[in-house]
Amino acid sequence: MFKIIIRRMGFAFLTLIFVSGIVFISVEALPGNVCTAYLQRFAQGPRLEKCIEQQGLDRSSAVRFRDWLAGAVQGDLGVSLKRQKPIRELVGERLRNTVLLAGTSAAVGVPFAIVLGFWAGLRRDKRADLAISGIAMLAMTIPEFVTASLLIFIFAIWLNWLPAVTIVPPSASVLDILPNIILPAIVLSLVMTAHIMRMTRTAVIDILTSDFVEMARLKGVPERRIIWRHVAPSALIPTVNVIALTVAWLLSGVVVIEQVFNYPGMGTLMLQAIYDRDLPLVQAIALIFSFIYVGVNLLADISAALLDPRLRTSRRVY
Amino acid sequence: MSAALITIDKLSLGFRGRDLQRRPILRNVSLTVDVGETIGIVGESGSGKSTVALAMMGYLKPGLEVFSGRAVFNGNDMFALSEPQRSRLRGSEIALVPQNAGQTLTPTMTVGAQIEEALALHSGIARKARRTRVLELLSLVRLSTPRVIARRYPHELSGGQQQRVAIAMALGSGARALILDEPTTGLDVTTQAHILEFLRELTSELDISMVYVSHDLGVIARVADRIAVMYAGELVEQGNTRSLLRAPAHPYPQALLGSIPRLGERVIPASLPGFPPPVGEARQGCAFAPRCPLSVDRCRNELPPAVELAHGTAHCFRVDEAALWKPAGNPVSSCRTDTVALEVKDLAISYFTPSLPSRLMGVRASPDTVARVDFAIRRGETLGLVGESGSGKSTILRAISGLIPPKHGTIELNGASLPGSIAHRSLEVTKPLQMIFQNADSALNPRLSVREILEAPMKLYFDLSQAELDQRVENLMGAVRLPISYLNGFVGQLSGGEKQRIGIARAFAAEPDIVLCDEVTSALDVSVQASTLALLKRLQESRGAAYIFVSHDLAVVRAISDQVAVLYQGRICEIGPTDSVFKPPFHPYTEILIGAILVPDPDTAPRLLVQDASESSPPSIGCPYQRRCPCRAGPICDTEYPPIRVLADGHRIHCHHTSAALTARASSFDRNLETRTLSAGTEQRVLSQ
Amino acid sequence: MTDAVATDSAPARRRRPRVRINSTLRRVASRPSGAIGLILTIFFVLLALFAPLVAPYDPAAFDPDLVHLPPSAMHLMGTDSLGRDVLSRVAFGGRLALVVTFCAAIIALLWGGTAGIFFGVVGGRIDEFAMRIVDGFLAIPWLLFLLLMASITGGGAWIVIPILGFFYGIAIIRVARAAALQIGARDFVTAAKLRGEPRWSIIRTEVFPNVADIIFVEGAMRWSWMLIAFASLSFLGFGATPPTVDWGLMIANERAFMAVAPWSVLWPCLALSTLIIGINLLADALGKAVGVDRAGDMPA
Repeated sequence: MFKIIIRRMGFAFLTLIFVSGIVFISVEALPGNVCTAYLQRFAQGPRLEKCIEQQGLDRSSAVRFRDWLAGAVQGDLGVSLKRQKPIRELVGERLRNTVLLAGTSAAVGVPFAIVLGFWAGLRRDKRADLAISGIAMLAMTIPEFVTASLLIFIFAIWLNWLPAVTIVPPSASVLDILPNIILPAIVLSLVMTAHIMRMTRTAVIDILTSDFVEMARLKGVPERRIIWRHVAPSALIPTVNVIALTVAWLLSGVVVIEQVFNYPGMGTLMLQAIYDRDLPLVQAIALIFSFIYVGVNLLADISAALLDPRLRTSRRVY
Repeated sequence: MSAALITIDKLSLGFRGRDLQRRPILRNVSLTVDVGETIGIVGESGSGKSTVALAMMGYLKPGLEVFSGRAVFNGNDMFALSEPQRSRLRGSEIALVPQNAGQTLTPTMTVGAQIEEALALHSGIARKARRTRVLELLSLVRLSTPRVIARRYPHELSGGQQQRVAIAMALGSGARALILDEPTTGLDVTTQAHILEFLRELTSELDISMVYVSHDLGVIARVADRIAVMYAGELVEQGNTRSLLRAPAHPYPQALLGSIPRLGERVIPASLPGFPPPVGEARQGCAFAPRCPLSVDRCRNELPPAVELAHGTAHCFRVDEAALWKPAGNPVSSCRTDTVALEVKDLAISYFTPSLPSRLMGVRASPDTVARVDFAIRRGETLGLVGESGSGKSTILRAISGLIPPKHGTIELNGASLPGSIAHRSLEVTKPLQMIFQNADSALNPRLSVREILEAPMKLYFDLSQAELDQRVENLMGAVRLPISYLNGFVGQLSGGEKQRIGIARAFAAEPDIVLCDEVTSALDVSVQASTLALLKRLQESRGAAYIFVSHDLAVVRAISDQVAVLYQGRICEIGPTDSVFKPPFHPYTEILIGAILVPDPDTAPRLLVQDASESSPPSIGCPYQRRCPCRAGPICDTEYPPIRVLADGHRIHCHHTSAALTARASSFDRNLETRTLSAGTEQRVLSQ
Repeated sequence: MTDAVATDSAPARRRRPRVRINSTLRRVASRPSGAIGLILTIFFVLLALFAPLVAPYDPAAFDPDLVHLPPSAMHLMGTDSLGRDVLSRVAFGGRLALVVTFCAAIIALLWGGTAGIFFGVVGGRIDEFAMRIVDGFLAIPWLLFLLLMASITGGGAWIVIPILGFFYGIAIIRVARAAALQIGARDFVTAAKLRGEPRWSIIRTEVFPNVADIIFVEGAMRWSWMLIAFASLSFLGFGATPPTVDWGLMIANERAFMAVAPWSVLWPCLALSTLIIGINLLADALGKAVGVDRAGDMPA
């Protein structure tokens, strides 16, 4: 069992190196460098030299990559071109806000999805299932910014219950930010819930028709116990996988949603950085997101192994 | 006479087709099972035997409905009860031991927890006592380390262990009746024999009724007091086991018995023409009529009623004539020539060789999967490779065909050495060596027409015009006795036996010198098996190909082979002309294998070792059979590889006992394998010495 | 008794199990979801094709006097913040999205399908190595990467095509490879290998016909998700750029005025959503018609 965890961590580590490499190389590949990209017409003379010195562009690519990664691990992500501040400061509170938003969405969406998935799977093709599956279908196919716009229209403009956009600064306390989380979290949860629910539902339906559930019925096990003891553990295994995929999606979706609601998180920071052509900042944020994704995947892998005895080695489990 | 515990009364059930027409799976079946009695339900695929057995529990697979009739258990009309009522009876009064225990045990619960669940539901034993009872049950089913096994998950157990767990679970609830649906299918011959012996003892100890479903008449003969024979959803005959097997009244069991290969003689059994009807086909007359040699018009139009006989009942209009008809097999004559087609010398194959870094870290190579294999085949000859699972027989075929390069040793085809890997073999070299696979479903591309499947090898090896291709393809279809109209169709529409014939035709399309047959009859129904064997023999005679025939079924190998090699853990134990190998003197393993075979004769008991153990890998030194051998020659068996003892006729045995010792041992046992009749009531066990 | 000719029990029918366009279409149309999907998709494709005939006004023509008019007989869907007729803009708004995503979908199918089948059949070290790389790419949230690319290259619709095609192709690689592996394990592929058939012949004759429909259905599904992606990109300013008429862009520009003139946002929302739902339903029904199970996927 330990061996599997170590192996997975090893792979995760390699993946991180690979991803960092991609992020780094894609910027290296452009003609010129981050300074010329930022300064554009003004990329000449002392301004250019100062920029190059600050960003350390006089070192070779390989050295820069190594330094960049080493720095990143310690928390030093370089300096933003536009704001001339260490990136770490800029990112700090925004990261907290984004994690707050994403975390709330996940904390609400995942359990809700699993429950709904079971509900729908057990009542396959009945009204409850058709309704749930239908709504899930809509949530999955309508783009998030559309859903967000619609919700803003209904709840912020028409009913005036919630703020349409966020006015508080990034450094505001959690309590101040909270009301602004509600609508964006609803949108994000909707999509997440839809996908996870669908997977759970399929898993439940598959397992309900499996040989071992049929056998349990022939043993005389009451239906309720079959669901809890025989179906649920097996149904959760593929669900955990989808949860990992969902987090990947979440990292993309959160960028769009933050933009719609003007929420002071990593997403809006990244977009701003792109508009400003502040490449070091863009790179750093891409790196952070990728790390989070790899980390979540690792957790999902380990959870899957814990849930499914078949994924463990043949050593006895007490 | 004890009262009937289970009664199936004129039961007809099935499903509704797309046009809402009734498609019957069972037609008008009536059966009874008395208290303490064991009844065997025998049939091939599509016969409805499992459906009948499950109906006794009031269970129908999804999509099925009862058309008419009843199923009564212990006075309860099972289909009239509500689902909760049925649930209460199931598991507690009537329990099921299913076919594939590996799939029917919940993968996320330990085995012990699942047995405990059954106990908690039905037995009313207190919690603490339940744990003990679980361990008791596990030792009852002869599992050697109950505490360890109870903590294991289903996938951590072997097939035999899983099956025993399923039996333990069924027994735990204290059921009065057990339904066993092919519980030993897929298990080794020796394991199967052990489980059956133990079931016999159990039922006499505990006075339980058993309904044993199987396609294997040998198994049923050993276990059942009465037999019910099913064909295509109809009950064709039932009666006392001994009498029915000695002299069946209905043509179908007659033909079935005639088509089972026997160990005693080298005969291709009589084959039944045609194939079983498709499932759910609606018909008016007897289901067996199209294939029955005695059928007349009446048979096709009317359903035969039950005819009372001395031993039971049969559903046939021509019972009297059937009794006189005896299907005869064809004795086999060898068509081997003297030219050596394939020669294998000192072949060793290993699945896992540790890489250099692993070896540096001290990981030792495990013993080779296959080692020290030598044999030679001549044109027109058939070499049979027999053994249980893990014997390496399929591995050897893979090495010869080039899928796995051998670790060392040579394979010579027509005198020229074969490159180990298929990637290094030219078309000239692959053409003479063709293979037929076990599972025809998987071996034929569902998206290609039959014509395209047969043309593929011809297009690859020969340069032919389209007209020539068409001609050859039609010849092949004729050779395998399939209608030309099948050519433009697809394999999805064909039956198992028909598909296998296409597989055979495809192999012969290349005009091979050697055909590798990997368990080609194992997935077929018995009635189809015989005709497939006859086809293979005919093709050999007309085209002069040599066969390497791999099978776990000794009787089938006996029927078709000129030479036989017995394998254990990838090493040859014994090799020689078929007649010599199947008669004493034997290698100790061959003796056990032959002894474990179940023949359709209730008075013939298998000979078994007290211990039923299976090994996962061979020992690194010494004789491969050292751990299980009942008659070891001494400590030398552990340290040195056994030498070859040459007996008459090129018969070679690998054993530390001398030829004289082996011959002497042989004379103390029965010479004729078919009459292992024992005096009534006694059982003979071979004990380890 | 020797074996005799098998009775002509099952007359061989000529029905090919290949994906025939007519029979599959019929199966798709017979399901309600498939029928709806088919109708919606065809409707929007036709709309995009015949937009100039349908639009009553020039979609780019703006008039400061007609700003934010509610829907009326003259302007069935009202006007937007620059006085442009919303109906005309909606008619033209799907063109770029459909063209871009369709091209990207074809690229993704071709490159992902080919690579996936190749790795699945080849196996061994090459396959292992390639899969590590694929996993690495899948670890990058695609939108982020796209944004990264956009920030470097400046964005624009035509850059989007190869990038979308590449990334979605990677997801298709996994599916194609899995399908190829499954087929490769079947004995008829082993039989072909043993015969000595060259590898490309095996891929073409044995593997491909069995995996083609799975890959195709996957591609159809991804197409609908690419539309979501493209719309999101346009919304953020990296897909379609003004003066192109595009639904995502319309929504982005007009949402500030949602309190005053909701119609200028809601109509493009409706159009976009309906098209995506249509393609999604179609792909789903196609999958069911062909026998593919598609539960565990995410749009990214």
